[in-house]
Amino acid sequence: MKTVIPLAALAAVSFAHPAPAEGPRDAILAAYAAAAAAESPSFAGFSAERGRALYLGPHTGGKPETPACATCHTPDPRARGRHVGTGRGIEPMAVSASPTRFTDAADVEKRFSRDCPAVLGRPCSAAEKGDVITWLAQQ
Amino acid sequence: MLPILAALALTLTVSPALAGENERVPPVTHAATLKECGECHMAFQPALLPAESWSRIMDGLRDHFGDDAGLPDDVAADIRAYLVGHAGRGDGRLMRITEQRWFEREHRFRDDVRKNPDIRSKANCEACHRDAARGRYEDD
Ligand code: HEC
Ligand code: HEC
Repeated sequence: MKTVIPLAALAAVSFAHPAPAEGPRDAILAAYAAAAAAESPSFAGFSAERGRALYLGPHTGGKPETPACATCHTPDPRARGRHVGTGRGIEPMAVSASPTRFTDAADVEKRFSRDCPAVLGRPCSAAEKGDVITWLAQQ
Repeated sequence: MLPILAALALTLTVSPALAGENERVPPVTHAATLKECGECHMAFQPALLPAESWSRIMDGLRDHFGDDAGLPDDVAADIRAYLVGHAGRGDGRLMRITEQRWFEREHRFRDDVRKNPDIRSKANCEACHRDAARGRYEDD
């Protein structure tokens, strides 16, 4: 019994205050949702499935050596990736493996603004950004 | 790590005259440089290139060896000042560390270094020098 009580108390506390990273991530998603609604009146929420498809590709239109996010980040987002040009290791994209992913809005926007043109040959829409984050947050 | 080193033993020769001179390079101490220039590769130490080379690199960040490494003007100016202020010697016409004469003397890469999935690039210093990010390039 002694251990049950503190555990229950802990659960109550963590329920009231979600893990620190979730607040910023939710705020980032909310901002992309607002932008997506403004971009397209038919926007009806993010889709992890669409995010997965975008991540895995393959796409044409971007740089031939980077046809997908998965090219550098590997098809398994829980695995470490590697930049195809520089060989540098990249921490996993899945939030379960890298809990601080998608918690700094400026960094997130900077990465999308660089990597989407490299992969797709165009910027990502707000809906696409939210889809990808939604999928990776579930991995 | 071990297979890479074994392969290297066969593919590289070191110039005894230069060995030692560049073993230790002062590490990067500037937070913005570490963050912004350490994303896609390690943040290269300023002493690895002369000031003119750093200026050229900072002038062309939007098309940076095929990548877009563009930064807001104030951040870029701050990084430029740090790199130029702590620059080393070399040929200012060359933007790459890996094309500098001292580098070519220290390294004789096989042509297929890009195909090695563990290295990919001559500029992936950390693949071979474990403590490169701390400016240590002595035998390891
Ligand atoms: C978006 C990714 C990215 C960012 C951010 C980035 N670089 Fe690079 N950098 C690259 C790529 C790709 C190469 C080419 C690698 C190759 O060809 O082996 C490169 C190469 C270099 C080289 C030449 C390496 C050699 O071959 O000797 C230098 C020097 C360099 N970068 C400096 C910087 C500086 C300074 C910054 C910060 C202002 C920076 N980089 C930020 C992607 C990036
Ligand atoms: C493919 C493996 C490999 C890569 C990539 C590599 N080096 Fe080296 N480097 C070596 C080897 C092997 C030596 C010679 C043995 C030694 O002295 O450590 C060497 C020697 C050096 C030396 C001379 C060290 C001394 O003792 O005087 C310096 C400085 C150096 N490298 C810097 C760099 C930098 C900077 C980069 C990235 C831009 C780099 N290296 C990339 C393998 C590599």
